[in-house]
Amino acid sequence: MADPMRIRAQVAGDKATVRVLMSHEMETGQRKDSAGKTIPAWYISEVSATHNGKTVMTSEWGPAVSKNPFMQFNIKGAKAGDKVAVTWVDNKGDKRTDEATVS
Amino acid sequence: MTDRRQVLKHSATVATLMAAHGWLPPLAHAAGPAASKGAFEAKSMADVLKALGAGAPQESKEVTITGPDIAENGAVVPLGVSTGAAGVKQMLLMVEKNPNALAALFNVTPDVDANFSTRVKMGQSSNVFGVAVMNDGKVLFAQKEVKVTLGGCGG
Repeated sequence: MADPMRIRAQVAGDKATVRVLMSHEMETGQRKDSAGKTIPAWYISEVSATHNGKTVMTSEWGPAVSKNPFMQFNIKGAKAGDKVAVTWVDNKGDKRTDEATVS
Repeated sequence: MTDRRQVLKHSATVATLMAAHGWLPPLAHAAGPAASKGAFEAKSMADVLKALGAGAPQESKEVTITGPDIAENGAVVPLGVSTGAAGVKQMLLMVEKNPNALAALFNVTPDVDANFSTRVKMGQSSNVFGVAVMNDGKVLFAQKEVKVTLGGCGG
């Protein structure tokens, strides 16, 4: 299991800005190791976010997203105390969900 | 002996049973991640949009792409895409000269702003595109040149 995500959700006016920092290698499948063998691709392929249990955003990523990916988005109508959960799935089928409270 | 007709009949029955028991992926799901799989393998913006079934892109001031003019480290280039236009279905981030152009795809719902930021890898200096696929089939985009002094791909 991968390391936990760091999620920060802050109210700004009538919406909440959510910043997520995930911990993942994001190997592109283009690099070669010292023996000249291609390192297989290993990256987060799907990310979704829920606001109080309701899915508000889904996204699909390619291997071009940086190592330890960062993502920022805004949820409309979110208030302090609301729960925001983010889930990622990588191309090996590993997944992780973390939750944060809007402040 | 089973003739062709019987075999066909049997396979149809089996398929129905499998579908009923959830063995076959439901159609809605097939139209989701699987449909955009090809988009991530596409080499150019035109191919990506074709893989997504979107129309021809047109440059628009309504879409904004944010990023640095010069990125020192191509492994971490902060990019953002946003639009003020209503009725956005998907937002895409693309890097023209990467091996596969599409970096990230965001499905927009009415509950979130059409404003996303992330960090991407860039192999070399290139144009980056922020694309908004609208519900009415229109495709709007903005582009920006980002110069990279140290590539983020390859070893």
